[in-house]
Amino acid sequence: MNRQSFLRRAVAVVSLAALSATVHARDISLLNVSYDPTRELYAEFNKAFTAHWKAKTGDDVTIKQSHGGSGKQARSVIDGLEADVVTLALAYDIDELAQRARLIPADWQKRLPLNSSPYTSTIVFLVRKGNPKHIKDWNDLVKPGVSVVTPNPKTSGGARWNYLAAWGYSLKTQGNDPKKAQEFVAALYRNVPVLDSGARGSLLTFTERGVGDVFLSWENEAFLATRELGPDKFEIVVPSLSILAEPPVTVVDRNVDRKGTREVATAYLQYLYSPEGQEIAARNHYRPTDAKVAARHAGQFTKVTLFTIDDVFGGWAKAQKEHFADGGVFDQIYTRK
Amino acid sequence: MLLSRALLRRHTVLPGFDLALGFALLYLSLIVLIPLSAAFLRTFALTWPEFVEATTTPRVLASYRLTFGASLLAALLNAVFGLVTAWVLLRYRFPFKRLVDALVDLPFALPTAVAGIALTAIWAENGWLGRWLPFKVSFTPLGVWVALVFIGLPFVVRTLQPVLEDIDRELEEAAATLGASRRQTFVKVILPILTPALLTGFALAFARALGEYGSVIFIAGNMPMVSEITPLLIITKLEQYDYAGATAIAVVMLVAAFALLLLINLLQAWSRKRQGGL
Repeated sequence: MNRQSFLRRAVAVVSLAALSATVHARDISLLNVSYDPTRELYAEFNKAFTAHWKAKTGDDVTIKQSHGGSGKQARSVIDGLEADVVTLALAYDIDELAQRARLIPADWQKRLPLNSSPYTSTIVFLVRKGNPKHIKDWNDLVKPGVSVVTPNPKTSGGARWNYLAAWGYSLKTQGNDPKKAQEFVAALYRNVPVLDSGARGSLLTFTERGVGDVFLSWENEAFLATRELGPDKFEIVVPSLSILAEPPVTVVDRNVDRKGTREVATAYLQYLYSPEGQEIAARNHYRPTDAKVAARHAGQFTKVTLFTIDDVFGGWAKAQKEHFADGGVFDQIYTRK
Repeated sequence: MLLSRALLRRHTVLPGFDLALGFALLYLSLIVLIPLSAAFLRTFALTWPEFVEATTTPRVLASYRLTFGASLLAALLNAVFGLVTAWVLLRYRFPFKRLVDALVDLPFALPTAVAGIALTAIWAENGWLGRWLPFKVSFTPLGVWVALVFIGLPFVVRTLQPVLEDIDRELEEAAATLGASRRQTFVKVILPILTPALLTGFALAFARALGEYGSVIFIAGNMPMVSEITPLLIITKLEQYDYAGATAIAVVMLVAAFALLLLINLLQAWSRKRQGGL
């Protein structure tokens, strides 16, 4: 009781002081629930948006971030974490917010441009310096004697992109035959000695434990890894063909409507599409979708033919059910001997 | 109530027995029973055949074998070496004894993920210990066992220490004067006194190992059918938003663990009775 009244008084004093300083300035707080590798991206972006919003409306907006595995983060939001916006690794995790908890409408991905994915990435190979096993493309990964490190696609959202990229490569280069694709992917996973539960664990296994010849990685993670761990130890190999990884974003309707933050939350996501937002994404190794910004950073991102999950797999819901659900193709690879 | 009144009439040393009993039950319900019953309730979303299917696929069965097998072996090893450690810490004097004593608690305090990463690094093929071995430890079922031994050790040592402390040296001396060999003294005098505590320590280490996730997940390698522990499969189910399936596996583990712990408790009661209420 005492503490509450003290708090209330303190808040009153602070807000009075704020009122006298600026007229009408409101204090707004947003929670952005994201996945692991976006930590640096959003740390920089939040600062830029706070300044942008202050200049535009005079309001002070504080953005809190939460990071973790994409699926775990989605579950936290379903279980009641009051996220204003979610920015996750794959659409499937956000779909569940609509399916299970009805926090957002089912057609959420149509609300923002480009499948609600302001920045994209792709799957590339991280190899040891000098590329001693001469790994150039996906078909090098299934050769005997090559050891591949990738997380378990059943527990890691990012690893599902790896799996689907390999599958898509086989379809596109081996006559669009799902049987051959399954054999190809099975051969690839026969070369995988360790299936960590998440991407960061896998990266450690590859870089610190010295396991494997090649690590399948998001491009932005691969850049980060070579920069942090030394370009003298690892290099990036970009395959001839890969998947367009679209990490989507959305406002969480139920939460913003209750908190009255819809306007600022929407502006926050739209700012990701602005030239400033795109520039920050590119600096943090995500591929920008804005043509001008992309042209400026063309040197950083190797040109590669990209296919989308919608084209090749008919969307996340279908891919998830066919490949990663219990009893799906991935399970068959391991249980059928 | 009847029981408590009967006890009250006997004038227990502690006052407020009714209150204490009520509080203990409430506390137990809040901390243990309610969360656990939530797990049971969630599985009711499944029909019986669905429940059986979710909990008996080949991968899940393989994970039970690994989790229960490795936990059992880890607890057994800890029972043996935990006893030796506790004995040494109590009966011998050596430099830095306090430090070593404190070290025993470290697996309690260390965040399990840190322990997991450290163990993986040491036992990996390029690690301090792993490089000297002709076989692989990290990323195999053996690695799972190593992690479980690590986290289980303090349970055995700490449950044995107070009991060991209470054993009168005179008992051993008496045994010796009556012509017992050292071996006989240990097997016939010391060990029976220690058995209940040893069983408790074993049960605690075993139970802890069953549920361990953080430290194991880094060292296991998580290969389906080979080195996937049951808690990982629960996470896998959750990752598919299959809450009911996840809790179904959890319920199976819970029931199995409870049955095993009950069995150990009964064993303990029996061994206590056998040595005549020491």
